[in-house]
Amino acid sequence: MSRRPLFLPVITAAALALLLAGCERETRGWRVAPHVPAAASRPAGSALAPGPGASTASAPAAGLPSAAASVVVPMQRIANRYEGNAYAVSQGKRWYRWYNCNGCHSNGGGGMGPALMDAQWLYGSAPAQVAASIVQGRPNGMPSFAGRIPDEHVWQLVAYVRSMSGLVRADVAPGRSDSLSPGWEPETRREPATPRNAPPPTAPASG
Amino acid sequence: MQDVLHSAGVQAGHILDLWRLMLGVCAVVFAAVLLAFLWAVLRAPRAGRDTSPDLSALQHNEPRLLRRVAWATALSTLLLFGLVGASVWTDRALAQLPLHGALHVRVTAHQWWWDLQYDDAEPSRIFTTANELHVPVGRPVILTLLSDDVIHSFWVPSLAGKKDLIPGRTAQLQFRADRAGTYRGQCAEFCGAQHARMAFRVIAEEPAAYEAWAARQRQPAAPPADALRQRGQQLFLAGTCVMCHNVGGTDATGRRAPDLTHLGSRQTLAAGTLPNAPEPLAAWIRDPQSHKPGTNMPGHDYSPEDMQALVAWLRGLE
Amino acid sequence: MSGPAELPPTALQAAFDRASADLAFPAPDDRPPVLNDVPPSAEQESLLDRSWRDPPGLLGALSAINHKTIGRRFVLTALGFFIAGGLLAALMRLQLARPDSQLVGPDLYNQLFTMHGTTMMFLFAVPVMQAMAVLLVPLMIGARSIAFPRMNAYAYWVYLFGGLMLYGAFLLNIGPDTGWFAYVPLSGPEHSPGKRVDFWAQMITFTELSALLEAVILITTVFKLRAPGMTLNRMPLYVWAMLVTSFMVMFAMPAVMFASTALITDRLVGTHFYNPREGGDALLWQHLFWFFGHPEVYLIFIPGLGFLSAVIATFARRPVFGYPAMVLSLIATAFLAFGLWVHHMFATPLPELGKSFFTAMSMLIAVPTAVQIFCWIATLATGRLHWKTPLLFVLAFFAVLLLGGLSGLMLASVPLDLQVHDSYFVVAHLHYVLIGGAVFPLIGAVIYWYPKFTGRLMSERLGRWSFWLAFVGFNLAFFPMHHLGLHGMPRRVYTYPAESGWQALNLLATGGALVLAAGMALFFINLWRSRRHGEPAGADPWGGGTLEWATASPPNAGNFCAVPVVHGREPLWQAATEPVAVAGLAVDRREVLVSTTLEAHPDHRLSFPVPTPWPFAGALATAALFIGSIFTPWAVVWGMVPVAIALTLWFWPRRRKTAEDLALETAP
Repeated sequence: MSRRPLFLPVITAAALALLLAGCERETRGWRVAPHVPAAASRPAGSALAPGPGASTASAPAAGLPSAAASVVVPMQRIANRYEGNAYAVSQGKRWYRWYNCNGCHSNGGGGMGPALMDAQWLYGSAPAQVAASIVQGRPNGMPSFAGRIPDEHVWQLVAYVRSMSGLVRADVAPGRSDSLSPGWEPETRREPATPRNAPPPTAPASG
Repeated sequence: MQDVLHSAGVQAGHILDLWRLMLGVCAVVFAAVLLAFLWAVLRAPRAGRDTSPDLSALQHNEPRLLRRVAWATALSTLLLFGLVGASVWTDRALAQLPLHGALHVRVTAHQWWWDLQYDDAEPSRIFTTANELHVPVGRPVILTLLSDDVIHSFWVPSLAGKKDLIPGRTAQLQFRADRAGTYRGQCAEFCGAQHARMAFRVIAEEPAAYEAWAARQRQPAAPPADALRQRGQQLFLAGTCVMCHNVGGTDATGRRAPDLTHLGSRQTLAAGTLPNAPEPLAAWIRDPQSHKPGTNMPGHDYSPEDMQALVAWLRGLE
Repeated sequence: MSGPAELPPTALQAAFDRASADLAFPAPDDRPPVLNDVPPSAEQESLLDRSWRDPPGLLGALSAINHKTIGRRFVLTALGFFIAGGLLAALMRLQLARPDSQLVGPDLYNQLFTMHGTTMMFLFAVPVMQAMAVLLVPLMIGARSIAFPRMNAYAYWVYLFGGLMLYGAFLLNIGPDTGWFAYVPLSGPEHSPGKRVDFWAQMITFTELSALLEAVILITTVFKLRAPGMTLNRMPLYVWAMLVTSFMVMFAMPAVMFASTALITDRLVGTHFYNPREGGDALLWQHLFWFFGHPEVYLIFIPGLGFLSAVIATFARRPVFGYPAMVLSLIATAFLAFGLWVHHMFATPLPELGKSFFTAMSMLIAVPTAVQIFCWIATLATGRLHWKTPLLFVLAFFAVLLLGGLSGLMLASVPLDLQVHDSYFVVAHLHYVLIGGAVFPLIGAVIYWYPKFTGRLMSERLGRWSFWLAFVGFNLAFFPMHHLGLHGMPRRVYTYPAESGWQALNLLATGGALVLAAGMALFFINLWRSRRHGEPAGADPWGGGTLEWATASPPNAGNFCAVPVVHGREPLWQAATEPVAVAGLAVDRREVLVSTTLEAHPDHRLSFPVPTPWPFAGALATAALFIGSIFTPWAVVWGMVPVAIALTLWFWPRRRKTAEDLALETAP
């Protein structure tokens, strides 16, 4: 009972400390500002498909560094701020379904498009490289989604795609879907895939 | 109008009758018991800590008290049976809504909007809308209730009781609007961040007005009437909107978000969150998060001219 | 029963002699004559106190097993959670005071109402009732201790760690946000990303483990440790209420433990219990949860009924009328409570005929409660009333719970429920029954028994102020909610539009909530201040009739030096009859009299364990296991190791003590 006077201040201090620490994994980023890795401009469209806000210079730009950027950052070093946030990765899983990525990639096993669950990355597995694949498109069938998928969704998709091959922390990766099971295991239990021995094909793979 | 106590339909009417009966009975019981209680405590003589306790109860029975408690219990039980009976009677009445000639609508709830598909035996007469249910007065409506993600609940208090929409199950709700008017409904099962802003409207109209509305809904999107709207349509089709929204008669065939083919004819936006007017619409498109934080719709940073064009075109989709 | 003067010359005796040679134990012939004289002398009282006291210091605090120590901690912890839950509610009400308010955003609001409900239901309501029983039941049945004192301590620590884990998570923004009932699929892996729901589900494991252990403890205490002569027919009604509650706990808790475990595995390892597309069912969660959830509210309500009987008897200066009817009503309520759960699911597409059955059951359960209410009114009408604050709080039941019960009858009807389910009408109902049926009686009970455990009375003046503020504030806060529900306001909404017309009533409710909070604050201030400034109370400040008032205030660490022999339902009111007490129990060691279950004939003496820190260590290991398994299933495996070590060290028999115990227990 004589410990009472100390008890309350200690508890309050501990509570405040916890409060300030917060937890990045759990934030619901609902007032999202577009992702800005470096000063960069939007991909410009053509007169037929002008692209969103092509006439605006005020808004912070889309996710890709372009040749006109004033700062050059190596793609491998651009971090995805969503990678530690469970809500964002879960949203990425939603966009994967909504934007019909499984039309070509199935649920990560690939089909017309390459598999996304394995360790083989034709164009790099770093977040910015995956983002570039989505936004710019790639030869042999990957469409360019510039102007179609908003920037924050792109980066959430990037986080999800990386989680499909176990590259995202287990406590952040999404659990199983409420639908027919797609992969062997939910993304939360995927180990990082190990590369196969064969070198990447020189000719584009068909599957 | 979103009120249990103002019924505009037969189902809500039955329930309102039951409410009045139960309120009456319960009020009488409450008053009786409370009065008995107050009479008991205010009449009882005062005592102190040292007042010797009355142990006569431990030695002999108290027949007078026993009789009174027994009568009170018997009366309560009888009243309860009566209430059960009234409840079952109302249940039967609700189940006996005549359904011939019913209008069939498939309601699919999403986080945080309502997808409405008006079914018809003739496939070409099927049409889809969102968040605003028009029904003809005097004609029964059968809602088939489905959910795309989590559990929601369809509740329009002025017309009927609620029904939960549970993924993996199909539910049904039957009602009939007997008075023309606009009735507000709201999701009544906690479904996440924007459960509070998942409202809808049921607009009961005279049959002729309803048929006119339905006929318009079956049409594809009105072609843009002027250059401004033409530009608006271009912006819509060139941007992110087409990934999720459907506008009949155009290339926008997304199914993940409310159908916009006749957005201009609706009274509200974003499932009852905003009124359907140019300023709110522009504000919604620019920054949905500020009106409905957590919504899946992204923000769009159009220039003022572009936004004006887009809004004009959208509002022209009547 | 004489002391152990002559022991048979057995190997055990030899062991005892050897052992006692090491200790400063007096040889059998030199032992002080324990309890051959009644009333016991001051020296015996102090010996008893020394034997049963908890050791001092920090290690002593962690090793404590005295039921009053644990019970006091338990009650204070639960009241602490009550304050936390109340603050959360205050924030909610501030947000809802105005339409379209920006005070609290949707994410925080969803966490607030989830934490409020979770705190009140899991961390306050059931634990505080069990905690009060831990404090009171041994005293009321004339026992020196509660059964399984070490397990009692373990159960407290597990509960504390579970609650701290949840609040730690909440402060780290990992607080659950899917409601205290966490319906799937919203709380499932797809729609609740991150670990928020996992912390909630694991908190359930903590608190339900604690509750189950406490139930075992209470049942054993009531059945086996009653004073001789206290047949089941003579047990205080409060003890009956706790016995019935404990049985209910044993049947109800496993359902929610299974449900929450299945949710954890769905989220962590990808099972499909609740995934309809793979053969699971979203409604399975609701059935499992409400099979627990409905009895849960009766777990909270029935102890409140027990408090009412205890307080009314003392302050109406007569035993409660209709003892057999009261007991049977408690039992009937407990049974019926398990047949009501579907009334939480009336809006789901279940078969209508089945739902009607639950309507009938939900209405039927009003009958035993009505019997109790009528018996109490009869008691009050034929009693003489001592108007003190405990009576005021307890009498509030008759207005508040009555109204809540009647609105419950409305909710029991399927068609009416289809309109008001998940609306503020239900919020009004549940607060009327829980606050009227449990919280007000609890506060009355705390004020009533406060002098027993502290030796001081709480302030009457502050008590009356707190009562009236709480009563008026409560009604102002919650009565308008009936109207809000009928006017279409659903539950669990963080805001509402200005056009809804709900603002005025919401503002009134918020005002009432603040008045209620003021009343509660005064109560807690009263609780705090009276420790030092309260009027000293003797052993029996209220003139009660049950056994706890025969002890000192605060009681001896061993409660009863001379275990009383009971001859009637109100032992302190009825004239003393021979035999008065039991002689022969040792006072210089932890010895307890065990009696038979039904007739409470003295059966044998039993040596009780001494304080030990292993329950605390075991609870820490358990907490590590549970918290680890939020993040990885392997935690169940490696977490078992410290738990096994702690439990092994806890239960490892000490040869010397076993030898002594056996020697003394089998004495003629």
